This record gives sequence, C-alpha cells and structure tokens, in this order.
Amino acid sequence: MLETIRLRVFRGDASGGEEREYPVRTFPGMVVLDAIHQIQGEQDGTLACRWNCKAAKCGSCSAEINGHPALMCKSRVEQFYDAAGLIRVSPLKTFPLIKDLVTDVSWNYRKAQQIPPLTVAADAPRPFRMMQGDVDRIQEFRKCIECFLCQDICHVLRDHGRKDAYFGPRFMIKIASLDMHPMDDLERRPHLMRAAGVGYCNVNKCCQEVCPEHIHITDNGIIPLKERVADEFYDPIRGLLRMLGLGRSRRQPMPEEAFTAPPEPAAERKPSP
Amino acid sequence: MEPFETVERDVLVIGAGGAGLRATIAVREAGLSCAVVCKSLLGKAHTVMAEGGAAAALGNMGEPDNWRVHFRDTMLGGAYLNNPRIVELFAKEAIERVLELEQYGAVFDRTPEGLISQRPFGGHTYRRLNHVGDRTGLELIRTLQDKAVSLQPDVFMEFTVTRLLKDADRVVGALAYNRQSGGFVAFRAKAVVVATGGWGRMYKYTSNSWESTGDGAAMALEAGAELLDMEMVQFHPTGMLWPPGVRGLLVTEAVRGEGGVLRNSQGERFMFRPEYTPERYRGKYAETEEEGAGWLTDKANFRRPPELLPRDEVSRAIYKEVRAGRGSEHGGIYLDVSHRGADYIRRSLPSMYEQFHALGDIDITRQPMEIYPTIHYTMGGIRVDPDTCSTTLPGLYAAGECAGGLHGANRLGGNSLTDILVFGRRAGEAAAIYASSAMQGALDEGPVSAEMDLLLRPLSATSGENPFHLAAELQEAMQQGAMIERTEAGLTACLEKVLQLRERVEHVQVEGSRAYNPGWNAARDLRFTLRISEVIVRCALARKESRGAQWRSDYPGFDPEWGRKNLVARLEGDTLHVETRPLPSMSPELQSIMEEAR
Repeated sequence: MLETIRLRVFRGDASGGEEREYPVRTFPGMVVLDAIHQIQGEQDGTLACRWNCKAAKCGSCSAEINGHPALMCKSRVEQFYDAAGLIRVSPLKTFPLIKDLVTDVSWNYRKAQQIPPLTVAADAPRPFRMMQGDVDRIQEFRKCIECFLCQDICHVLRDHGRKDAYFGPRFMIKIASLDMHPMDDLERRPHLMRAAGVGYCNVNKCCQEVCPEHIHITDNGIIPLKERVADEFYDPIRGLLRMLGLGRSRRQPMPEEAFTAPPEPAAERKPSP
Repeated sequence: MEPFETVERDVLVIGAGGAGLRATIAVREAGLSCAVVCKSLLGKAHTVMAEGGAAAALGNMGEPDNWRVHFRDTMLGGAYLNNPRIVELFAKEAIERVLELEQYGAVFDRTPEGLISQRPFGGHTYRRLNHVGDRTGLELIRTLQDKAVSLQPDVFMEFTVTRLLKDADRVVGALAYNRQSGGFVAFRAKAVVVATGGWGRMYKYTSNSWESTGDGAAMALEAGAELLDMEMVQFHPTGMLWPPGVRGLLVTEAVRGEGGVLRNSQGERFMFRPEYTPERYRGKYAETEEEGAGWLTDKANFRRPPELLPRDEVSRAIYKEVRAGRGSEHGGIYLDVSHRGADYIRRSLPSMYEQFHALGDIDITRQPMEIYPTIHYTMGGIRVDPDTCSTTLPGLYAAGECAGGLHGANRLGGNSLTDILVFGRRAGEAAAIYASSAMQGALDEGPVSAEMDLLLRPLSATSGENPFHLAAELQEAMQQGAMIERTEAGLTACLEKVLQLRERVEHVQVEGSRAYNPGWNAARDLRFTLRISEVIVRCALARKESRGAQWRSDYPGFDPEWGRKNLVARLEGDTLHVETRPLPSMSPELQSIMEEAR
C-alpha cells in the first residue's frame, strides 16, 4: 500500500462548491472514513460528513467513492486509489446537498411515514407462532440499515427525479417485509401500485448491486411485489371474478386516504431553523 | 443576545435510541405531545450496534427459566452492587416488553416450535437471549422507530442538546443547537426524559460511536442531579484488534455463545485455569474441554464453558494472559469459532462474518480472530427512582444506559436491550403522568444566553487549541490510567491530566461557520467527556477495592465494607463531591431468591 494517498473531496453547500485535494497518511486496514477523519482532525475541522458505528451497521456514512455509492466505513482505501494514489469522494447525488458530504435525506423519512405499520387481525393468537422458514425472506429485508445507497443509485429517483411517484427500492423491501409477514392482515396492493409506485421500477437491479447488506432487493423483494400487483390488477380471470363479486382479498382493506402521499414540494425542504 | 427559536411540547425526550423511542411511544400513547431530539439521523443511535440479543426469561428453550433466575443472575453478575428493586422490575417486565416488540413487528429467530429462539450468553444460567442472528439491535431500533413514527411525535434529527433549563428546582426544558444550520432552539416541556446513552469516547479503543460523549449524564449532573457508581465502565472482552483501522470494534459475545473458544499464543484454552473463575461462580462452569464441548449439543447434562463467565472476568483474564507474555502477534488473544462449520457460522453470525471478511481480511469460518478488550458500556449513570425513573430533580427522568442502578458493577450481555425497553417505557409513562398535571415552567433567558455564549466562544476565538487534539490527549490519558487495571498512582496521574485539559478546553478555537461543522461540535462534546472523565476517575480513586469492572490491583478482591456502599457524585458549584451511600435494602422475597442459589 502507498504510504500517502490523495483524497479529492467535494467541498461546498447548496450554493455551489468544488473538489479539494488533501494528502493522507495510510495505515493497514485504513478505510475512506479514516481518511476523512484524519483530514478533519489535522487539516480542516469544518469538513462535514455523517458517521456513527464505523462498522457497516448503521448506514450513516454513505457517499460516492470514485462515483460509486458506498459506505465510507467499509471501503478500504487500497481498493479505491488509482495509479496516482487518488480517490475521489463526493456526496450522494440523488439528495439535495447540505454541506460537503452531507445530504438532506429527509424525503426518505417522509416516505417511511406513509407506509402503514404491521396490522394484525384482532383475533390472531398471541404470542405469535411463526416458523423460521416463513420468516426467512422477511428477515432478509429487515437487514436493511437505511444507508439509502439503493435510493441514490435508483434511476427513477436519480436520473428521472420521480420522488413524487416512486418510493424507491428501500421502501419496496420495507413494504415487502410487511406484506410477506405471516401475521400481517392488511391489503397493501392498491397502496403499492398507486402511492408507492412499484410499477416505476424497471428491474435494472442496480439497487441490489450497491446494497452493503447484500439484500436481493429486486429478485426477492420488488419482483414478487410486482407479481402480486399484476395478479390483483392485470389478471383477466381475476378481473372477471371481481366483476362477478368473487375473489375479493381476505385481508383488511387499507384506509388508503390516510396513507396517500401528500404532494412533494418542487424544491426540497431546507433544514430549519 | 443571540436569537433562538422556542419549541413547546408536553414532554421532551432527549435521545432516540431504544430507551428514548420506547419513552416516546409511552408519551404518545398517553395522548401527550412529545418532542424527541437526536444527535444523528433517526435509527442510527447506538442501539443499532447491539448484536447478541435481548435477555428475557421467556423460557422457550425447554429449560426451567423464569424471572427469579434472571434476577439472581443479574445480581450475581453485578457483584451485588445493583439496586434490587430495579433488577426485580427489570427481570419481571422484560418478558412482556419483548413479546410486545413482536406485536410491533420485530421478527426474531424462531425455535422449531415457532416461538422466539433464545441463545446462551455469559452469566445467564439458561438460554435467555432473544435474538435475530447477530443484528438484534438493528431489529429493535427499527421496530421501535417504526412504532414511534406511527404515533407521530415531533422528531428533531441532528440536534444536540447542551444544557437543561430549570425553573427554580424543576427541569422545564433544554437548550439545543441544530447541527445542520447551527441555529439555537430552546425546548420548553413540562417533563424531560434523558435517554442519551453511555460514554465511551474518552477512551482510545472503544466500540462506541462519536455520539457516546455522556451529554445526558453531564447535563443532569450540572443541573443538580446525582450520578451513581460512575467508576463502573465495562470493558468488553472481545474487540477487534487488527488491522489498526478497526481496533476496538465489537466482536459479539454471541460468538462465544455459539461455541467460540479463547486461546493464548500457546494454543491453551486459558479460561479453564481455576484462578480465572471467581469464588461465586465455582462449580457452575465446565472444568474440562470435553465437558465444554458436550454442552454445545446437550445443555441439560453439561455445564457451560468458562468462556461464558461474565464480561469483567473474561476481560481481566485476557489482560493477564497478554501481560504474562502469552498474547497473539498483535498483543491480543485468539477467538476461534471455525469448528462450528461455515454454514452454521454464516447463518448465526452473519454480520461478524461480513465484518471480519470486509474489514480484516479474515475468514472466521476458517481462521481464528485476534481480539482484545474494548470499552463498551457504562454501568453507572444518573441516579433514579426504580419505579418511575425520576431523578432527584422534579420533572427530570432518565432511562437506559445513561441511568444507573440496574447493572451494579458489571452488566450481563443482553441485559441492556431489555433495560431500554423496560425503563424507557416506565420513564415515558411517569413523565407523561407528571406532565399531565403540571404547567409549563418559566423560561429564564439568563442560562440560555450563557449557554449560547459558551457554545460560540471557540468560533470567535482568534487563536487557541484544536479540540480534536485535546480529545486525543484525553483518550490517551484515560486509556493509560483508567482502563482495566487501575492503581492509585495511575488514577492520580490520570486525574491530573483531566483537570489540566479542563483548563485548556477554555481556550479551544475552531474555524468556519455554525453550519454542519464537526470541529465546532467537537469543541462542545469535549466539555462533556472531560466532565464525565473527572467523575469516573474520582470514583475509581474512592472505591478502594476490586469489584466487577473496577479492578484495583493495589486493592485486590472484594471488601465487605465496600460491598455495602454505592458511590454517588454530585456538584456543588463547580466542585465535584463523591460520597458513599448505603446500598438500598432488599425485600425478604428477593433475599429468598438470592438464597435459593446457595
């Protein structure tokens, strides 16, 4: 490993900014977050980034390293610097910039609030009896650490800016983890199709490639959700049965108006006060 | 005076880890308005780092477990310094709180019968840790986060609270700054719950994040509350050691619960040495490797291996092995679970597998891990009433790691996740009851103005020291003088350094503006870590015995006199007083539970 490397870090805020380069001393096992901390402690204490656990468990230190969404705490420097010892670090592109490597991810928290919680039938036996085989797949989705890297890479959100129409991969697997919960009794498909916009996903699988928890977001989450929605709304035989008043969902209807997304403001909310 | 915004709610909850979120749920369910403030984004608090499980005597594993055994294990693990009433409430209510979590949506690992699966852990007689692989904390915080959000409290993310505000004796709010903008906010509330977690950042090698600077305990102390047993800082036996970039990261106790063994450089399973099993645990642990191996498959007929002694004992043993020259290449000990097979390890310890693979280039299904004790948890904290979590100040409540009394001199693994559920709820309910019959207090602008001046001083200074450098000096001093092995001389030197740093912190200087400025934030955090460090060291000097996490090599062994006393720290002006208090008495019923073990 090189003894010193160069970190080219985006510095700036909503009004603009530029990349600035810092020399960094390396040590065995160094990750990009260590390099950022070294810059903060020794060269510029104003360099802003988020971090918490430094063990890839909390999902705070998301950034784009050489243009790829990644957790800084899990990215070993020797895997990223080029022949000239250079690494480029920039903030998530999909979310509005606050400062340096920190973006305003509050949109995600608003989406989370629009997903109805686990809803159990009033007469369900308690405590629950659930078999491991029946919860394996939702446990996979519940590994999500909310780093929002999948939201950052999602074309619908990143390139087409459709935050008004699609909740993004993180919340597809959140809905999947509820919909596939053995005790959940809510009919989630209308909400999934309309407010959450599952149809917008074009199954590029970029989201599951960047997931630091290796969750099969598209394969195990979004595709089965799309199939369930298709069954409900696009299957001609089901449609016919419905016209005859048959084949209704046995689950509780969702009070949809309670969870319809309020319109997203054109510009993201500025941090207050 | 600097401008500040005012936010008024019935209850203010400071901290959004497990305890703060559970308190928030209780306040909202009582129908009161609630502001919950957190330093990070929601869901990133330290609870997310908990791995092994939440201890509650559900008795799902075919063993005769119940709250009485859990009570006894916790008292024994805490070396009898625990508050018995707190432990009683804890052991009883932990069961209901875990089951309630499942109703909220948590998805625990299952037994073949479809119940919540429980795993063995250090110091717990039976399999008692309700878990989700080795990411139980994530499951717990996400579940509580979703539940709390569904009750629509007002969440203030990335705000740091720096001072509690009082109306005469009563706590009536707090001053905070918005980390994103740097703006000031005065929260006014009829009751305040402190749920700010612990403090590990004053040590160099720690499993704690930047948030663990002891803000809540320091603010409570400065407002006039009392701190209990502050010398009791837990050194988790197994922290990552190599490479340097990951030093101190936690290696969950579940590795040992799932059969992991500790070996020194000579390949010896040193925990079997009789000197490492203290008197009160004699006869309860396997005495041969064969017996320990038998326990893996037959828990009814074999005793557990001594790797599963409580954390204080295992940490001390590792420290002694390394000091005796039997350490690993980088000065630690080997932890090996590879004999359990790759499939089993990847299923039951997935995040450990990933952590070592990605950060340490180690495949734990084939290779041993190198480990060394790391700062992990603080047993001491704000002194509270067992039933209501109220502090000595009216209107102020505390729960979770920032509160003291449950864990005594050493915490058993798994007890913290249920601690935050049981007492988070109790604190929230009690605060809601108090707030229901109270009026908002008066807001005195004097302390608000003084605190804002204090916060702004490093920004207006034209020269001065770098707060990051001071923090590093403090970490070096605490690591040297107040770690596992403590002596009068080492502690005294450490105290001198801390006091010197407390003078130097008055002259720190930072660049830039108030908007998302880590240097500026660090300057205020440093005041909290210094305040708490002084309390830790003074209490460690005062307790002249070895008990639990407090190992005074100049006073080895329990002292029966000290076994009857807690240490309480409080401020008079700016002078810290450390005094002894008799342990709370134990009810006859609880006494009989303790005697059942003899």
